[in-house]
Amino acid sequence: MATKEPKLNFNAAWELAPAPEDTKHISIKKQYELFINGEFVKPNSKKYFATYNPATEEKIADIAEADDKDVDKAVKAARAAFGKWSRLSGAERGKYIYRIARLMQERAREFAVIETMDGGKPIRESRDIDVPLAANHFFYYAGWADKLEYAFPNRNPKPLGVAGQIIPWNFPLLMAAWKIAPALAAGNTVVLKPAETTSLTALKLAELIRDSGLPAGVVNIVTGAGKTGSAIVNHPDINKIAFTGSTDVGKLIQRSIAGTGKKLTLELGGKAANIIFEDAPLDQAVEGIINGIFFNQGHVCCAGSRLFVQENVADIVIRKLKDRMETLRVGDPMDKNTDIGAINSREQLSKINEYIKIGKNEGAELYQSSCTVPKKGYFCKPTIFLNASQSHRIVQEEIFGPVLAVQTFRTIEEVIEKANNIPYGLSAGVWTDKGSKIFNLTSKLRAGVIWANTYNKFDPTSPFGGYKESGFGREGGLHGLAAYLDL
Amino acid sequence: MALKTIIPDFRKTSPVDQVGIEERVARFTTRSIKKSSKMQGLKMVLSMIDLTTLEGKDTEGKVKQMCYKAAHLHDVIPGLPSVAAVCVYPSMVKAAKDALKGTDIKVASVSTAFPSGQSTPEIKILDTKFAVEHGADEIDMVISRGEFLKGNYNFVFEEIAAIKEACGKARLKVIFETGELSTLDNVRKASDIAMYAGADFIKTSTGKISPAATMPVTLVMLEAIRDYYYATGRMVGMKPAGGISTSKLALQYLIMVHETLGAAWLSNEWFRFGASSLANDVLMQIAKETHGVYQSPDYFSKD
Repeated sequence: MATKEPKLNFNAAWELAPAPEDTKHISIKKQYELFINGEFVKPNSKKYFATYNPATEEKIADIAEADDKDVDKAVKAARAAFGKWSRLSGAERGKYIYRIARLMQERAREFAVIETMDGGKPIRESRDIDVPLAANHFFYYAGWADKLEYAFPNRNPKPLGVAGQIIPWNFPLLMAAWKIAPALAAGNTVVLKPAETTSLTALKLAELIRDSGLPAGVVNIVTGAGKTGSAIVNHPDINKIAFTGSTDVGKLIQRSIAGTGKKLTLELGGKAANIIFEDAPLDQAVEGIINGIFFNQGHVCCAGSRLFVQENVADIVIRKLKDRMETLRVGDPMDKNTDIGAINSREQLSKINEYIKIGKNEGAELYQSSCTVPKKGYFCKPTIFLNASQSHRIVQEEIFGPVLAVQTFRTIEEVIEKANNIPYGLSAGVWTDKGSKIFNLTSKLRAGVIWANTYNKFDPTSPFGGYKESGFGREGGLHGLAAYLDL
Repeated sequence: MALKTIIPDFRKTSPVDQVGIEERVARFTTRSIKKSSKMQGLKMVLSMIDLTTLEGKDTEGKVKQMCYKAAHLHDVIPGLPSVAAVCVYPSMVKAAKDALKGTDIKVASVSTAFPSGQSTPEIKILDTKFAVEHGADEIDMVISRGEFLKGNYNFVFEEIAAIKEACGKARLKVIFETGELSTLDNVRKASDIAMYAGADFIKTSTGKISPAATMPVTLVMLEAIRDYYYATGRMVGMKPAGGISTSKLALQYLIMVHETLGAAWLSNEWFRFGASSLANDVLMQIAKETHGVYQSPDYFSKD
């Protein structure tokens, strides 16, 4: 009988040769302009900022910076287009949206490669999740365009007007789709601002929209940083603001539009509890933990960043989790075998590293997988903190990186209390073999989305959004359509 | 840490979530295996094959031919490994043993009234002893699926333990016939019973029932092996059998083994493919990697 402690060895007895995705087929311009009224125009500001590949730290392109006047121009174009667009029959609007969806499918590979290049996420995710899901959102909402009366019977649904939409850098194309598709289906026109570190796929989407023949001004895409966003939020002729991003900015937006009559939906931060019960299918739960916190380098607002494991299975779950972490491949996002890519920006990496330091100082037990990370580029090893406490900052605050805080619990009451004891309420995960336990928890957890025996599942038909400081309003499904209608 | 073997309550083995298993499997199948890693993987697959013939019409002559193929897979390409074992009925063990003299290829014999297992315990033990006495290095037994589905886990456990005893030095592979067990929970339960009863290998199928081996079923068994290894310190081997006929699929299985159990299981001591037509597909791929073009199947001997 073996006397030493059993240990599995995941060192590469069988090393996988590099399998880089071909990048030759894509076209990226040296400089990108603003997309206003159906054409690309130079910014009034005459200023440009660079966008970088976070995996190589190399510059990809220069992006125009929109100032107040540019935003005003975009809003005017959207306003001018609104009348005709909103009076178009639903079926006609649907045709355009379907066309955008199909074009996106046709150009899926190009979108996936550029998304990975500009944002750092592994090509496996942009190819299998981001781009197909973005196209699906257009398909789904295209179908509703001519059925609004049936979607909301006896309500006489009317579009709101011009929607100002501000999206984050974690799912650049997908968030653009979440915002644009329901707005167009409902008959609104749009001014959209992508995040400054990830403007490229939104600008590629602008090219696609131009090619689709969508009437000029229906979708306008202006690039820039916080100031551009603020110009959109504060523009007097905008009827609705939809924002996805940090809670701090969300609060700022809410404050600035108070009393203006603008409608608002906010999808903000999160610190989701992923709860593993003793009777859960443990190996699949571990997969759910991995998917919950390491999907997209943890840059996910609904990431399962707080793990609660029932104490009597904690040792087993942690052992399985550590083994699984050893098999994660961290590195070149363009390699088809990469599981965890690059952190989106230098700023984000230093924020994550700061939290790792905080966690250590707070006394939580740090564990990182033994992988090596490339010297160049912004990378972070998959990280877990064991023995974290509810009062630790790494448990309370959103890190937005591949860092998991692990706590144990003993009873259902305890875990519900702890899971809810946080300013956020976007999502949660419950793992148990017992159906009644799932229903008990889903009714008591204050989170907008709760996954049972799975995690990070997205579908255009399913509403998504939060409680408390995670925001309000829903995207996806009929709920997402209602947010763009006067009912 | 001292490890002691406590036999668990098999009515309460860990639950398995089918959707989760299928998602995990989908991740293995998106791994891209290219160039040198592909070549290494293909050779590994060849060395892990149990070349099998299990037919009523088998004769000594047929077995002899297959044994030659087992040792000389494709002499045109030098440096290829031989397969791990040949797998035959007990009556053919002697012929196989004679034909493989001087090689290190093992002879595996099915037993226990293969493939149905519908016989008496005495006959199953005799069946096994007959094969061992004729020189079988490995015994592939089937479990009593009827008793298993009745919930008669002690019966299944004791039967495996008795056959293990009859095996003597031969290594015991326990076939579950997962196509008849219906749920992944049952597969997990059968895995636990077999390992605690002394199995050296656990094996998916006889090849006589469809579905035979699938990746989800194999993953559940690999995870059971992992948990058993952590609980007892003893390594148990895995053999998916039936339905794996392409190189691509075989490589995906190896990825799954590597990422579930680690490097130690990537050898024919701990992992086997039960297959009859897989070898030639792998040889075709190796020839393609060597020469850059695909060759006609006629360039590869059938057996």
